[in-house]
Amino acid sequence: MNSQASRERILARLRSSGTEQTTVPVAPAPEAPSLDREDKIARMTELMGAIRTEVHVVAADDWPNKLKELAREKGWKRLLYGPDSPIGPDVEAAWTAGGEDHGDGLPKLIPYTEPVERFKENLFGMDAGITSCRGGVADTGAVVLWPTPEEPRLLSLVPPVHVAVLDADTIHDSLAEMMAVENWAGGMPTNALLISGPSKTADIEFTLVFGVHGPKEMVVLIRK
Amino acid sequence: MEAEKTFDFENNIEKALRDDRLRKNLRNAMDILVEKRRSVFPDREHLERLRAAGNAIKRRALKQLPCLLEQLEANCTKNGIQVHWAEDTAEANGIVLDILRRHDAKEVVKGKSMVSEEMHLNHFLQTHGIDALETDLGEFIIQLNHETPSHIIVPAIHKNRDEVAAIFQEKIPDTPYTENVEELTAIARRVLRERFARAKVGLSGVNFAIAETGTLLLVENEGNGRMCTTVPEVHVAVMGLEKVLEKLSDVPPLLRLLTGSATGQLITTYVNMITSPRRQGEKDGPREVHLILLDNGRSHILSDPEFRQTLLCIRCGTCLNHCPVYVRIGGHAYGHVYPGPIGKILTPQMEGLRRAGVLATASSLCGACAEVCPVQIPIPALIRRLRRESYDTGDGATVADAGYRSNLAETLIWKGWELANTVPALNRLGTRLAGAVGDKMPNRGPLKAWTRVRTAPKFAAKSLHDRVGKEGVKNE
Ligand code: SF4
Repeated sequence: MNSQASRERILARLRSSGTEQTTVPVAPAPEAPSLDREDKIARMTELMGAIRTEVHVVAADDWPNKLKELAREKGWKRLLYGPDSPIGPDVEAAWTAGGEDHGDGLPKLIPYTEPVERFKENLFGMDAGITSCRGGVADTGAVVLWPTPEEPRLLSLVPPVHVAVLDADTIHDSLAEMMAVENWAGGMPTNALLISGPSKTADIEFTLVFGVHGPKEMVVLIRK
Repeated sequence: MEAEKTFDFENNIEKALRDDRLRKNLRNAMDILVEKRRSVFPDREHLERLRAAGNAIKRRALKQLPCLLEQLEANCTKNGIQVHWAEDTAEANGIVLDILRRHDAKEVVKGKSMVSEEMHLNHFLQTHGIDALETDLGEFIIQLNHETPSHIIVPAIHKNRDEVAAIFQEKIPDTPYTENVEELTAIARRVLRERFARAKVGLSGVNFAIAETGTLLLVENEGNGRMCTTVPEVHVAVMGLEKVLEKLSDVPPLLRLLTGSATGQLITTYVNMITSPRRQGEKDGPREVHLILLDNGRSHILSDPEFRQTLLCIRCGTCLNHCPVYVRIGGHAYGHVYPGPIGKILTPQMEGLRRAGVLATASSLCGACAEVCPVQIPIPALIRRLRRESYDTGDGATVADAGYRSNLAETLIWKGWELANTVPALNRLGTRLAGAVGDKMPNRGPLKAWTRVRTAPKFAAKSLHDRVGKEGVKNE
């Protein structure tokens, strides 16, 4: 078999199908309402909260304290993060602030800096992972991640808890608006993600269960 | 394949209708899905505008299909994704096998993909000593039990929790019987995590492919799709060639229609957009990404202006949920990969009327499917066209085996019907005969197929025509 020959035959059939005569009606999609900053925050909180995401709106410089509070409360032992990510330095600073050490109930910070091939065992043994976000979309309630070398893809998938740090100013009305404003068509990353909550399934009798393959819990810290 | 060789639709239907448990499981599930969809689209007018937009976007994509596929190929290639073309399922299977062999892979972890079902890929790989593991929970359950999906979105919907409990206990070593759904899910998580961590190759379907950027888009709730496309060294994506879209900006309306129609969600947990293999410096993600474009009859379907609309489908499954036939018999009775209304129009076109034309008979033409279809496919009209082509080889027939059911007796009966309704004297004779002996027609012979499941009509002693002539018309 020869994929090239198949390609030519398939394309030839498609070209002679007469499909270019298909009529295309004019029907623009309805646009999402334009919300102000407060309403966007409120809508994100409401929609993501409704599907089990824990959303906290915090002052821009106070979020690491909220993180520490959550970490203690939930008893994580190992927190995965990207040291060179936009939030990495803040996390590290918070962990060493006031001369505290790990003894006071904070999880150990584990950097994700190795290729996954050398890191798999570690990766699958975390209690939580923290990432920054590229933005959020208010109309459906989801954070947007463009994973980077500093914040790899599996950081938001493998640990049982995903903490996402979102700047209120990066919440858009809709995905359509975000794609247009940021000109996604001009260049897409290796992987772009919309995440609207913890991993879930309803495959058995429609009983909703969280954490089937990805995180069981999701926490969003909105920096205001 | 085997199931199809012995495909006996009538018998399947009878069996399904007698299965009370199946009917109860289905009824519950479909009611929930219908209700969830209703609640996520509360504004009728908004929904109609969205559906019109969805229809227009997909039509625009089909209109330029060959160009868009070339553009998709060019952009994917530029991004480092390797593109393959397959005319039929055998060729697609061969391509997958080749890739697996090149990486010396003995197993592959799979995200949910109806095209891979269409390819009967798992069975094919098994005959070559490769283990294909389904990782979507529903797919995992039915694979353990050696079944096929009964629904294109919720594949194990025909099973209830005690059936799942029994399957897990029997098929997964050291697993106690539990009907607790959380525990059942945790068992699957444990088993599958190990497999994700060790598999060299992951395979997935594609919900939309964007020509403009060379991006593959996948939606899911569980995270198994992300696992399959991120953890292994190699990712193989299979897609029907009608899944391509022109622009990234086409995505948001279709995404809303897809998730809203499929599961009544504003958005799925994950929308996963893949544009390239792992780039320099990146810590994870596959080092190779392959995209297999499958034709398997689609280019032929495209050549008929009416049937072409079948290719608008975004596989949301909501036509199944709203179908009074599907709700009563479930997916397996249809004996083919795609059940329900979409299956009734797609399968006969792919496999020919002789093998699958009978599927088009299982419809009351109630029109519910067309009313809910997010891309406005006129399914009942296409079903009628397939029925017509089953009997008629006339000029416009384009489906394989057109006219396979035409026979002399029926042709004569229809000829007689035409005469009786165009020649007044014959018409009078006919109605008089019906009044005199119609009720004594035997419930035997060719009429039995009709009267066995329906009450035979009662003929009035005098025709309406006669009565109007004698009694006049009362106008009250
Ligand atoms: S035919 Fe329409 S309703 Fe049915 S699966 Fe396809 S898109 Fe959904």
